[in-house]
Amino acid sequence: MRAVSTFLYRRPAVYVLMLLIPPLLWFGTVYLGSLFTLLAQSFYAIDEFTAKVVYQPTLATYEQVVTQPANVDIIMRTLSMAVAVTIACGLIALPIANYMVRYASPRARAFFYVGVMLPMWMSYLVKVYAWRLILAKQGILSWLLDTVGLGAALEALLRLPGVGGPSLSASYLGMFIVFVYMWLPFMILPLAAALEKVPESLLQASADLGARPVQTFRRVTLPLALPGLAAGSVFTFSLTLGDYIIPSVVGAPGYFIGMMVYQQQGTAGNIPLAAAFSVVPIVLIMIYLTLAKRAGAFDAL
Amino acid sequence: MTAAIEFRDVSRVYGEVHAVDRVSLTVQAGEFFAMLGPSGSGKTTCLRLIAGFETPDTGSVLLNGREVTDEPPYARDVNTVFQDYALFPHMSVLENVAYGPRVRGQRKDDWRRRAQEMLELVQLGNFGERRPSQLSGGQRQRVSLARALINQPRVLLLDEPLGALDLKLREEMQIELKNLQRRLGITFVFVTHDQGEALSMADRVAVFNRGRIEQLDTPRTLYMRPATAFVARFVGSANVVTGELAQRLSGRADPFAVRAENIRLRAPAAAPDADTVSCIGDVADVQYHGAVSRWQVRLESGEVFAAAVADAGNNGDFRIGARVRLEWLRSDAVPLSSAESP
Repeated sequence: MRAVSTFLYRRPAVYVLMLLIPPLLWFGTVYLGSLFTLLAQSFYAIDEFTAKVVYQPTLATYEQVVTQPANVDIIMRTLSMAVAVTIACGLIALPIANYMVRYASPRARAFFYVGVMLPMWMSYLVKVYAWRLILAKQGILSWLLDTVGLGAALEALLRLPGVGGPSLSASYLGMFIVFVYMWLPFMILPLAAALEKVPESLLQASADLGARPVQTFRRVTLPLALPGLAAGSVFTFSLTLGDYIIPSVVGAPGYFIGMMVYQQQGTAGNIPLAAAFSVVPIVLIMIYLTLAKRAGAFDAL
Repeated sequence: MTAAIEFRDVSRVYGEVHAVDRVSLTVQAGEFFAMLGPSGSGKTTCLRLIAGFETPDTGSVLLNGREVTDEPPYARDVNTVFQDYALFPHMSVLENVAYGPRVRGQRKDDWRRRAQEMLELVQLGNFGERRPSQLSGGQRQRVSLARALINQPRVLLLDEPLGALDLKLREEMQIELKNLQRRLGITFVFVTHDQGEALSMADRVAVFNRGRIEQLDTPRTLYMRPATAFVARFVGSANVVTGELAQRLSGRADPFAVRAENIRLRAPAAAPDADTVSCIGDVADVQYHGAVSRWQVRLESGEVFAAAVADAGNNGDFRIGARVRLEWLRSDAVPLSSAESP
């Protein structure tokens, strides 16, 4: 026993390897393995007549994804929603996170942290269906707006082309609200973590050197919060791109990428098309990260 | 001439704690002013009240004769060198220094030139493009100084600026800061817990204790004539004699202080010199400090005296436990106004 200990102590590489082999096996086979199987599938195509997968490498499926107008529509619809949700989450989360970290008393801060995380401990499906009821035509939101005399404003909003619909629960606006609600914690928590790392003295130094609060926010707080904002936006962006439950429960009938993947691998049985569609969010996020890095979002890390 | 800084009966209370307790003081323009005290004595809170990071609960703060009590930091003509330097990590050294002119809307050519001049002033002319994280502690300190001075404030506040530097660098910076202050003629207000730093650099020193100023005087007066037991102990690390022992040694019950370096050690049997006070005790400890040795001597009544003796070797025969006679000139005993001390 002692000899084994000594042997391992002298050769830390062996020791580390022994610890890492089981998780690496899991990670390699189950995690990366399935991912590469998926990727490989996307380079096959389905035979139009037999509906069987032809195991011949081809780019035909990708061609189908990026050229067929219906598919391009789905991608653009999902992408616009993801961008809108990410921007909205950032705009809502920044003041909340800043308040939590900088101004709240310890009690209020604890309350906010629990308040932000509590929804994450509840069933996702229950929350989505609850929102469908809230947003329904005779739901509490429209009742509330009617009561305070804003019913007409809601009607006008729902008549807008593109975002509107017969009711909030059957419009892109409603879907947007649910998405923002769902992913907001994923934006607030990394932002709060980034802001907590900014020492109070930096903000004082800024004020001391003559910067008004708005200037301090723009020149010190915001640049230092950027890594958190980038991390949070990767969550909100990718979660929106991949989700299929929210678009199928709330919102207008148009397809989203996640729904398309779900349908193609299930009822339609077109695994290559499902695989090619699921590669789209990966590519979009890579593009997004590259742009974020160019913009200097990770410089302060 | 109006005073650079004036406190009128300023108090700042946190819950039950009086961080600053009815302090009034005046700092003259062009003065090198030190605020000295142990941690929690209120000196840093006073500095923050001048900068505007804190607002007093009562009393008023005046800068250059103008009341600024409720003005935010960005409206005050003072700048601060922070204890942790507080350099902006996402900006280059040059951009850090140029921060003041930039937020005031100066043109790019102007702020670049000004910042470069300030970097030259602190001998960091070639470091403008670096990030603060690539600098040593001493260099960051200089950047922080340049950044605070670029706005040409009438008052510069320094919050324990040398605390994080090692001894040699600290001594160099002390001389440099003093030279800079003479050259620029700006009022410097310097917070420190190091009495040596305060004595060697400042024109006047305010000694803080429990939110109040115990004594405000020139370094020489503070050292030679401490007014209270606290100042005698904190500034001169003097022996404070009170009560019964004071009665026995000086013939009066009034407290007095004797500095350690004014005490001589003699053989117990030696005859006392004229005009001296003496008492007998046992050596409890000796610490060698190079230039001097510090002796702890315990009297029979239990009090411990410290004696700092130039290490000429003639005291080498007193070992721990040896009986010695402590002796000092009657004129070296400084009467104190109060004996209380925390």
